[in-house]
Amino acid sequence: MNLLFALVDCNNFYVSCERLFRPDLAGRPIVVLSNNDGCVVSRSAEAKALGVPMGAPWFRVKAQFERAGGVAFSSNYALYADISARVMSVLEQLAPRVEVYSIDEAFADLSGIQAPAALGAHVRATVQRWTGITVGVGVAPSKTLAKLANYAAKRWPATGGVVDLTCPQRRQRLLQRVPVDEVWGIGLRLARRLRGLGIHTAGQLAQANAKVMRRHFSVVMERTICELNGESCLALHQLPEPKRQIISSRSFGGRVSEWQPLREAVSQYAGRAAEKLREQKQYCRLVRVAVRTSPFAMNEPFYGNSAMAELPLPTDDSRELVQAACHCLLHIWRPGLVYQKAAVMLTDFWPPGSFQPGLFEVHESKPRSRALMQVMDRINRSGKGRVFLAAEGTRQGWQMKRAFLSPAYTTRIGDLPRVY
Amino acid sequence: MADKYGNFNGADAGAPAFLAAAAGGADFLWFPSPARDYVEQGIDLNDYCIRHPAATYLVQAAGDSMINAGIYPGDLLVVDRSLEASHGRIVIACVNGEMTCKRLELHPEVRLVAENSHYAPLVPGEGTSLEIFGVVTSVVRRLVP
Repeated sequence: MNLLFALVDCNNFYVSCERLFRPDLAGRPIVVLSNNDGCVVSRSAEAKALGVPMGAPWFRVKAQFERAGGVAFSSNYALYADISARVMSVLEQLAPRVEVYSIDEAFADLSGIQAPAALGAHVRATVQRWTGITVGVGVAPSKTLAKLANYAAKRWPATGGVVDLTCPQRRQRLLQRVPVDEVWGIGLRLARRLRGLGIHTAGQLAQANAKVMRRHFSVVMERTICELNGESCLALHQLPEPKRQIISSRSFGGRVSEWQPLREAVSQYAGRAAEKLREQKQYCRLVRVAVRTSPFAMNEPFYGNSAMAELPLPTDDSRELVQAACHCLLHIWRPGLVYQKAAVMLTDFWPPGSFQPGLFEVHESKPRSRALMQVMDRINRSGKGRVFLAAEGTRQGWQMKRAFLSPAYTTRIGDLPRVY
Repeated sequence: MADKYGNFNGADAGAPAFLAAAAGGADFLWFPSPARDYVEQGIDLNDYCIRHPAATYLVQAAGDSMINAGIYPGDLLVVDRSLEASHGRIVIACVNGEMTCKRLELHPEVRLVAENSHYAPLVPGEGTSLEIFGVVTSVVRRLVP
């Protein structure tokens, strides 16, 4: 049986979520901003038409965007996650095997389906009606081609939002039209190198010799070329490689200069990272902390620095990791500066029980650590409350700036949309 | 399903009940209670009110235009987007950018009718944008806050 994949991708997902309960915003330019209202991360068609670039720093585009009648929203992840879960649940009801790829994209295995384009149109109509979110559907014999089909579905409205590339002639015509940097996995740098070799379109890449390209680039490039030729190398639910690092970083809402709030923020990031570490059932031995001031501040010197601590034994205990992070921070904190961002990175991972300690080292660093961490995680996952180390602070004045946050329309009773 | 000895059919069928205690945590499942076969799940209001969870949103009624249909200000309305907005159903409609709850009539002409004689029916004319958000399937009202 020939393999067949569909990529279902929500159009302007965050903006579409914001619009769902705001019919008054129909036709107006809308953007959604990243954490801390930093950059533009989602744009409505009207905002794109105004020429607001993806990733633009908000302070640069704000004045002009608002003058043109645009509306900005802070990221409302409670809302996006809820709507995403609905979209995915509808998909799972329509296609038997679904792999959620990101908050707004999923692959479905359509192998053996007789009329995939018709199913694609049915999926699109149903998701639209049930959830209010519009999706594009790309169908093809490999994941990389399905991605390209989806790109075409979004780019050319005449397709009705569904593009089926099972027919090889159709595939050829599209490949020749698409620039090579739209191919899945070909970033800007790779695209530049490829153009140096005279490869400008996806079609030219598909015709390149896969074995030769593997020698020039990597096995990933070889796989991409095979996939472009309709030969699937990436199955559904292929196991991702185990993660090698966990990063917890964020910009502060206000600007932070005092030691106390900075230490609280770093403690919280370390606590979060430790939680993720335990979720992945890993231990880690290296903790790295970085801080920096704003690169955009005019009359202040820029300062950025990082420090690393190696623990005697791999651990997943929040207390040890937070302590190590604070120790790092002490080395790089300079008084008198205004900090804008901090990050905590955990790395050097060890699966439980795989570390060989030295003969004279303590084996169990903290007795009953496991039980305590399990209780903490269980409470925090239950949704009924949150416990954290006192080091994280209780006032958290350094929290994110979210000036344009919409209500939690779907997850909080007091925030439900009101109808007259 | 468990049989009268508290054993589950299938892979574990026939396993002596006392072995299960060692597994820990689920001991109560194996206790040979005479009530076993009659146990039912508790009543879940989600099941009662929500047929299609992925397609169902909640909104809050804010006006008195649907009082004769039993919808009061502050009521929670369960809105199912997967149902057809057919003649006579109570719907959430977006009219000129505002969300409103009204009874939908499709014939002899399309109009939104309030269940309160103080409000005239709305007939979407030229320059009116009308879009149906979903069909109201239940009303939830708490009498004691």
